[in-house]
Amino acid sequence: MAGDYETSTEYIQHHLQNLTFGKLPEGYERYDGEVLESATWTIAHGATEAADMGFMAIHVDTMFWSIFLGGLFLWIFKKVADNVTTGVPAGTQNFVEMIVDFIDDNVKSIFHHKNPWIAPLGLTVFVWIFLQNLMDLVPVDWIPWAASMIGIPYMKVVPSTDVNATAGMALGVFILILYYSIKQKGVGGFAAELAFQPLPKWALPFNLFLELVGLIAKPVSLALRLFGNMYAGEMVFIIISLLPFYLQWTLSVPWALFHILIITLQAFIFMILTVVYLAMAYDHH
Amino acid sequence: MEASIITLAGALIMGLGAVGAAVGVGILGSKFLEGAARQPELIPLLRTQFFIMMGLVDAVPMIGVGIGFYILFAL
Repeated sequence: MAGDYETSTEYIQHHLQNLTFGKLPEGYERYDGEVLESATWTIAHGATEAADMGFMAIHVDTMFWSIFLGGLFLWIFKKVADNVTTGVPAGTQNFVEMIVDFIDDNVKSIFHHKNPWIAPLGLTVFVWIFLQNLMDLVPVDWIPWAASMIGIPYMKVVPSTDVNATAGMALGVFILILYYSIKQKGVGGFAAELAFQPLPKWALPFNLFLELVGLIAKPVSLALRLFGNMYAGEMVFIIISLLPFYLQWTLSVPWALFHILIITLQAFIFMILTVVYLAMAYDHH
Repeated sequence: MEASIITLAGALIMGLGAVGAAVGVGILGSKFLEGAARQPELIPLLRTQFFIMMGLVDAVPMIGVGIGFYILFAL
């Protein structure tokens, strides 16, 4: 809880630190003054150690929660699909049918080509990101406190507040954009689309520059929009939890109610933009 | 001196971000109501598009608030 820390800065930074697993080099001085005799794979304590682990470090909490939530999504939807009835749907089946219909309607209104994978992709993206964002509504101290009881020093429970998770998903979408562009138009067609518009052929370098920036901006904006929103939301929750506990509900309840709108909206926008980008990859100019 | 400049920077980030998005969402909302009044049968379609645009516009000040809080409290 907030009272256990020296300063509020320390409390906030502790909450913004991922559980990082990585390799520290030989002769590295740890947080407690211990000097490593050989290169070791270990859990980082503090932001400096996590930064010194370099590129090969992995955020264990982000991986665990995102895969866990993905598994939860698959399990619930599989269970409903196995027990599906043709009569009037009730309970969970009703809910799942509503989501599937909602995604199906949106994809049909945007994506006019024949591809059986786009709607399932949209469903996965929407529900998975929604579940990841939903972890934001769990009070910020509960899970890190429970984790500290079993000896885990850091725990950031919202995978989408980690830029690595959102950038990973955006990269997946980017690869699909490239794949479908090349599949539909061929390498030559795709290159021509990049090079010969919007201006005529004599302005090739200018066209190429403009279109490449536009292409790269798609995954970057996807990743940073989701990350930025969720990070800001988490930040506000952490700031609110610095208040005395009897005052917290006056701010955290309205913010949580508002946040329900944001998390759904961001999951929805990520899904819609994924489908729009893939539809653009299919369209010929 | 430095702390007060950081505070000012946080205030500017949050304030200016909010101004821009407020104007944007205001125009968006007025146009949405106008469209809905002219063609009530298009409301479901317009509402979806309205929420997409609102999410896109809304992202910028929210990110501003996040960065602002970070530099105010955690830096």
